[in-house]
Amino acid sequence: MSEVRAEMVANVWKVVAAEGDTVEEGDTLVILESMKMEIPVLAEDSGTLVSLKVAEGDVIQEGDLIAVIE
Amino acid sequence: MFESVLVANRGEIARRVIRTVRALGIKAIAVYSEADADLPYVAEADEAVLIGPAQPAKSYLDVDAVMEAARRTNARAIHPGYGFLAENAAFARRVNDDGLIWIGPPADAITAMGDKISARNLMEQAGVPVAAGTREPVPDADAAVAAGLGYPVMVKASGGGGGIGMSVAYDEAGLRKAFETARTRAERFFGNSDILLERFVERARHVEIQILGLADGTVVALGERDCSVQRRHQKVVEETPSTGVGPELRARMLAAAVRAGEAVGYRGAGTVECLVDPVAQEFVFLEMNTRLQVEHPVTELVTGIDLVEQQLLIAAGEPVTFTTAAPRGHAIEFRVYAEDPKRFLPSPGDITVWEEPSGDVIRVDSGYQAGNKVTPFYDPLLAKLCVYGADRAQALATARTAVEGFRIEGLKTNLPFFAELLANPEFVSGDYDTGLVERMRA
Repeated sequence: MSEVRAEMVANVWKVVAAEGDTVEEGDTLVILESMKMEIPVLAEDSGTLVSLKVAEGDVIQEGDLIAVIE
Repeated sequence: MFESVLVANRGEIARRVIRTVRALGIKAIAVYSEADADLPYVAEADEAVLIGPAQPAKSYLDVDAVMEAARRTNARAIHPGYGFLAENAAFARRVNDDGLIWIGPPADAITAMGDKISARNLMEQAGVPVAAGTREPVPDADAAVAAGLGYPVMVKASGGGGGIGMSVAYDEAGLRKAFETARTRAERFFGNSDILLERFVERARHVEIQILGLADGTVVALGERDCSVQRRHQKVVEETPSTGVGPELRARMLAAAVRAGEAVGYRGAGTVECLVDPVAQEFVFLEMNTRLQVEHPVTELVTGIDLVEQQLLIAAGEPVTFTTAAPRGHAIEFRVYAEDPKRFLPSPGDITVWEEPSGDVIRVDSGYQAGNKVTPFYDPLLAKLCVYGADRAQALATARTAVEGFRIEGLKTNLPFFAELLANPEFVSGDYDTGLVERMRA
């Protein structure tokens, strides 16, 4: 199991993946927006996206859990 | 000259405009969001008005809120800085319609240059070289492939800017993917899904010409700035003169920039951005920015001209106060961003320590000080560190000392990246291009 956490304070601009999806390492899960920059959040492992903790429009803090891949 | 100016912006550019406005004996009025109440520019203005919450759409981009602040403070003129409402033609018209003076180009010039397709067609008519590319919006990915521009090709949102909505494709599959991505983003960011294609020049340099459209209708060019050090298609370092532009090419570029300004009846400060092939010593027009640029200080350092002062004079219908624009020496600007210096990811946070370098040949335009919070709502620019030298070697030497002497703590900044850049043989040699940062990180 791997957890994907936020590296910075950001707004969730777009949620690309959905719970239950099969994802490959490097796939974009969510696109964050901070300081006028788009930052893709990538899967660090291949597997099933069992949990997605954010929705478009959310404001997240550094360290917040974004997704869990099993 | 008018007696008061409202500065419709924030951070370092608001502070920089306020400085000249006050130096001329004019009352400076600031506007600020709830997130920016403690920034230095708010305290330095003669009067400051809270215009809304942190979100730009509810404060700095809220035309009604800005105009209400102008009405309440009896502002006579509005300076938009860069970004936010600076290139919003409807806002420029609104300012004039409400009986205020707009410190910027005519709204028609903003409109003509705001759309990349119309801008390019207009420039071609004015005899300015333009890049090989599509003349009309490309309807779908099949048409993009059929356009047959070859590879690499740049896919651009017509309404875009600042590197948003641009990507480079190296083959057909890449072009199809880039086209779809660009269209989705263009619609979402700019409300305009028009996509253009342009032949992409590898190892090109990004060079721009500063122009001033004077009150009497003449347009002058004040030299070039080389903005080839970029990350994510966004500028990080700018210098003048460009080490990739020879005297003959420079003369052609300045003349073309004047023609470009004249073609749209330009008034005030503007910038003609070009792509230069340094080997062939050829250039093509990219776009015209109808505002003061972030990097205007390097031009100020080599010409001795205060561009904001000239903007104010032109807007007031008065003659400019410089007689010669012959640049002297070498100037470099470093954009100090709140970002990780390795991956360039944003790094908002609290500034615990802020110590700027100083000296005769160092200029720092900063938007923050110790104790301020850098929020994720605005762009990551903290300060502009500018250095001057009699030649490039002197400017580089000063830059090394200045970068080392700039202490910002509490959040990550790209200052360590500048130290790395100043030790990079390619940058130091002057023979670099827009791919430099990518190669440094490969």
